[in-house]
Amino acid sequence: MIPMKNVDYIVGTSDINRTPLPVYNDSVCAFISEISATLMKSPLIRVFPDLSALAFWGRKANLQKLKSDFGSTERRLGRGLCFHVAPSNIPVNFAFTYVFGLLAGNANIVRLPSKTFPQIDALCATIKEILQRYPEIEQRTAFVRYPRRDEITAEFCKIADARMIWGGDETIKDIKSLPALPRCVDIAFADRYSIAMIDADAVLNADETQMKRLSENFYNDTWLMDQNACSSAQTILWLNDSKAAREKFWTAAERRAREKYTLQDAVAVDKYTLFCTESILNDNMERCTHHDNLLYREELKALTSDMVNHRGKGGYFFEYALKDENELFAVITEKFQTITYFGVDPDKLCSSLIASNTRGIDRIVPIGKALDIDVIWDGHDLIRELSRGIYVGK
Amino acid sequence: MTLDDLFRLAPYSLEASQKEQVLSEILSDLTRRHYANCPEYARILNALSFDASKNHTCAELPFIPVRLFKEFELRSVPQEQITKTLTSSGTSGQAVSKIFLSADNVRAQSKTLNEIISSFIGKQRLPLLLLDTEMIKKDRSMYSARGAGIIGFSIFGRNSTYALDAEMNIDLEKVSSFFEEHKNEPILMFGYTYMIWQFVVRALEEKNISFDARNAVLFHIGGWKKLKDQAVDALEFNRRVQSRLGNVKVYNYYGMAEQLGSVFVECEHGHMHCSNYSDVIIRRPKDFSPAGIGEKGLMELLSVLPTSYPGHVLLTEDEGEILGVDNCPCGRKGKYFKIHGRIKSAELRGCSDTYEKR
Repeated sequence: MIPMKNVDYIVGTSDINRTPLPVYNDSVCAFISEISATLMKSPLIRVFPDLSALAFWGRKANLQKLKSDFGSTERRLGRGLCFHVAPSNIPVNFAFTYVFGLLAGNANIVRLPSKTFPQIDALCATIKEILQRYPEIEQRTAFVRYPRRDEITAEFCKIADARMIWGGDETIKDIKSLPALPRCVDIAFADRYSIAMIDADAVLNADETQMKRLSENFYNDTWLMDQNACSSAQTILWLNDSKAAREKFWTAAERRAREKYTLQDAVAVDKYTLFCTESILNDNMERCTHHDNLLYREELKALTSDMVNHRGKGGYFFEYALKDENELFAVITEKFQTITYFGVDPDKLCSSLIASNTRGIDRIVPIGKALDIDVIWDGHDLIRELSRGIYVGK
Repeated sequence: MTLDDLFRLAPYSLEASQKEQVLSEILSDLTRRHYANCPEYARILNALSFDASKNHTCAELPFIPVRLFKEFELRSVPQEQITKTLTSSGTSGQAVSKIFLSADNVRAQSKTLNEIISSFIGKQRLPLLLLDTEMIKKDRSMYSARGAGIIGFSIFGRNSTYALDAEMNIDLEKVSSFFEEHKNEPILMFGYTYMIWQFVVRALEEKNISFDARNAVLFHIGGWKKLKDQAVDALEFNRRVQSRLGNVKVYNYYGMAEQLGSVFVECEHGHMHCSNYSDVIIRRPKDFSPAGIGEKGLMELLSVLPTSYPGHVLLTEDEGEILGVDNCPCGRKGKYFKIHGRIKSAELRGCSDTYEKR
């Protein structure tokens, strides 16, 4: 491929080699675990917690486990060239989508967010340095940055065997309007909606240490991402509801947020504006309480499928006392992504979910793991979908 | 006290304690009125568990975000009493705010503006040079805030002359003859800060032309955002205006389209002043508690004027600080303050791209 005008090749090559590799290729695994090991030793991970998540995920032991969980890797090859459109607001996501593409055996062109983040620059420098020892992978890597222009994106799409499209509904619409190869596989990460399910008795029984961990975990799922990630809980559903449990939980959560969250002035105004808008429009609002501007709690009168249209940001939560699981299953649409839970049996929850044939919910994870991205994400088995299985009949 | 009683006083005469008493009474009345007549407003107050039946202090009265006028049509009188609908795009986003004005509300606005401005320039009507184009006021039924400002200001002058043509070029002949005709009397000028800068000051500088007004007063409004980008502050603005137009006393003033009439004028000492008709409370973003003197925060604006729409207590997206109360060396009573400009728009993390839209 000819290097394109107005495109910065930050890492890798403009002359990309699209010959596929086997899935979970040894050299790819070694490369990723070397990135992980380098980051682990680097002072960077203390400054950027998102880098430490990547470093932890990419450990040699974790990759071996993923490989063995995958089952037989024989008779699978990458699809060829995967074009990734990384989301603009989650800095380190580009690296995850890249290594998923690699593990599936593909060459990868990754469009970096046009907005710069220090952790992106640092990570690119690290990867670039390590790539020198992996020429086969370097030939299959291009991190590009360019002014957002359809002509350039269209050129990359034309040669794509797979596209990983992050950034939500609008971006998906844009990218899918551009033609790719006929056999191209698109994996698109749409705007989603997530909830938390908490058993009030479990909160009441939790000791101080457990409460501290729970509030820390809840903070990491929500405020840490301005409550604006797809998997950040918008609504808290209470099982065996009790006032005392709610007070215990929110007092701890609010304390954590007060220690850690930087409330931007504009977000304070946004939250109050949302409160006013909800008061005017949402007949389903029972009441909304807030002490200061860190935490707003809006109590719902009923659960409806329309709840996905009422989203909080920066610490504006909806709450509801759930009578039973079926009440939730009845309103789940394809928009629902993650249930984070506390004091709930996830296997039982999953069985009942499947038994009620819901169109949504792709993840059931403990509170604290909402943002833990992995090879199975958003309902997709990424390594399988980004690779090609060869059927041999006899 | 009522609004009519206020009109009998000089506009900068009330001291803090009296003013709190007067404003809290009038504003509590307005709150009751809007609560009874604007269903959307009533729903917000209900959600806040606010008891509108009682009188409250100014700081206790609930504020609504200015942005709400972009999202809802808020009015407290029946549609048939609305004589004007004011629209303003504001500075961010494409949404337009809509302000519904009854004849009474409009009358109170112009009377108030009159009281405030004439306290600076006297009651006589001066020859008026409008540093804008006449095109701006053509459509009177759905008029923009800029057009409304021009029309509103025109009552202070006579022989109103527009300095710019339809293409925003300065009409040198018209302006020269205006200055020539009125060279022996005080003159009044009015315009929007950025328009004056771009189409008068910069245009004259490029043409290397200067006028020589002997005794002029310029009022300008509209904010400094675009000028800040060009590193032009008030001092520089005033200096360059004077070097192109002559002996001009420059007054900057501040007001929201949502509270037309009760404007805030900057005095000779560079301080923005609240008049008897308005007040400012600075709110701390973390909990909206009122900030002290010299402490930056979000500006809440109060005005006794809005009767046909619930805009009497508004939370803006501007940052400011109170500099003092009742003790500005210029002698005006009431709070005086400084505006630091719009707050930074929210930068959110999250999966969905928000600012990479083409």
